Amino acid sequence: MIVEEATQSVQETIAVAQTFARLLRRGDIVALYGDLGSGKTQFVKGACKALHAAASVVSPTFVILHRYEGRDSAGKELLIYHVDLYRIQSPNEIYDLGYEEFFGGEGITFVEWADKLGALLPKRRYEVHCAYGEKENDRTIRIELIEE
Amino acid sequence: MIILGIETSCDETSAAVLQDGRLLSNITVVQYVHTKYGGVVPELASRAHQKLIVPIVQEALTKAHIERNEIDAVAAVHGPGLAGALLVGLSFGKALAMALNVPFIGVNHMEAHILSNFIGDRKPKFPYVNLTVSGGHTQLVLVKDFFSFQLLGETVDDAAGEAFDKVAKMLGIGYPGGPLIGKHASGGNPHAVEFPRPYLEKGSMNFSFSGLKTSVLYYLRKSGFDKAKADGKWIADVCASFQAAVVDVLAEKLISAAKTCGVGDIAVVGGVSANAALRRRLESEAQRYRLNLFLPEFEFCTDNGAMVAMAGYEKMKQGIRSSLELTAEPNLQLAS
Repeated sequence: MIVEEATQSVQETIAVAQTFARLLRRGDIVALYGDLGSGKTQFVKGACKALHAAASVVSPTFVILHRYEGRDSAGKELLIYHVDLYRIQSPNEIYDLGYEEFFGGEGITFVEWADKLGALLPKRRYEVHCAYGEKENDRTIRIELIEE
Repeated sequence: MIILGIETSCDETSAAVLQDGRLLSNITVVQYVHTKYGGVVPELASRAHQKLIVPIVQEALTKAHIERNEIDAVAAVHGPGLAGALLVGLSFGKALAMALNVPFIGVNHMEAHILSNFIGDRKPKFPYVNLTVSGGHTQLVLVKDFFSFQLLGETVDDAAGEAFDKVAKMLGIGYPGGPLIGKHASGGNPHAVEFPRPYLEKGSMNFSFSGLKTSVLYYLRKSGFDKAKADGKWIADVCASFQAAVVDVLAEKLISAAKTCGVGDIAVVGGVSANAALRRRLESEAQRYRLNLFLPEFEFCTDNGAMVAMAGYEKMKQGIRSSLELTAEPNLQLAS
């Protein structure tokens, strides 16, 4: 599965993420790639909206990991992990964060700056690549399901 | 009553001794190990705290001329912050309280920042509006009493200090971004580039700095910015213009919140409250609107043990104690 969308505003990026999030099932991992300001946090914000996250989704850069309580399509409680590896230097540090909890659990995990996962990158994952477009608010979002 | 306060939530290791509300010592070490990485590195932060915690607590006691057995209570931050970093100060604080057989008090980092304006003689009067601005937080709070808060608004994406750090990284001027942008900005023209002022919808007390960060990025791309060849005056202009946009939004939202809440006192705390342009702007706004402005001394803007000891002292007076089973909570919210 490969989807590529061009968006022209934050609202459109959020809408693409909301549509995508309906595909997500328990245990899914979404790896996000893209430069500073390319829309990764906005994408997670949109996806979490579709997953009925109660709390507002803000950048986890400071604390590395945010956890939200959402609901799945059946209305059952669903844990959402929002990880931001911007400050991480080596994959070893991810062990310290308790990665077993968010990789291989019953929740859904979003990882910003997923290129820092190294060997911890799960074999089955959705990859979301955010990039700038021509104009200031233009973005392209490529979503791909990888099963290695 | 003698309180030992411990703070290890991010990259400062700090301990302070407070006697009956009067500060006797405050020792803070900032982990410059992060400088070359352009940000706080969690594992390095945690390891540095482990190395520093014992000597820093000892130094705080020595400087205060207080013996360990004179301590009446130990206060330590248990969140929000980096999990590994929080654990060091929290575990040390609990262990020390247990060994000395004195009460242990867990302190919320956000409460402690607000109380940094109570260190010293000039203190705000309740109720007042407080703005907390740091690398991890941007919050407007109505402070009704020492531990009674009403959250008025907060960032919907990036914290103000985070925007400073990320813009500094884009410009390649280093870390920590706040002080470095402030330094470059002092020689620049704040009107050189018109960056957007993100106010959100009319009357909103929330903040958004993600779009401003992106505008800076686009400006750099459009200008063909190259870290290696950039001219100092040009960087100074970008820094000053970016800083002016942040200061405008922070100052206007704080003043408008004070008007909405009908209070006479306003306060700003957190690392960004050390920013000279923000302080100058707030001083003139406060004068214009006849508000009493409270800003912590520079030493107490960034993370420090003194504010934790102050929160511990007020909690002790109210009979609040914590269990030794208290755990670190990286996403701890400000209680209402």
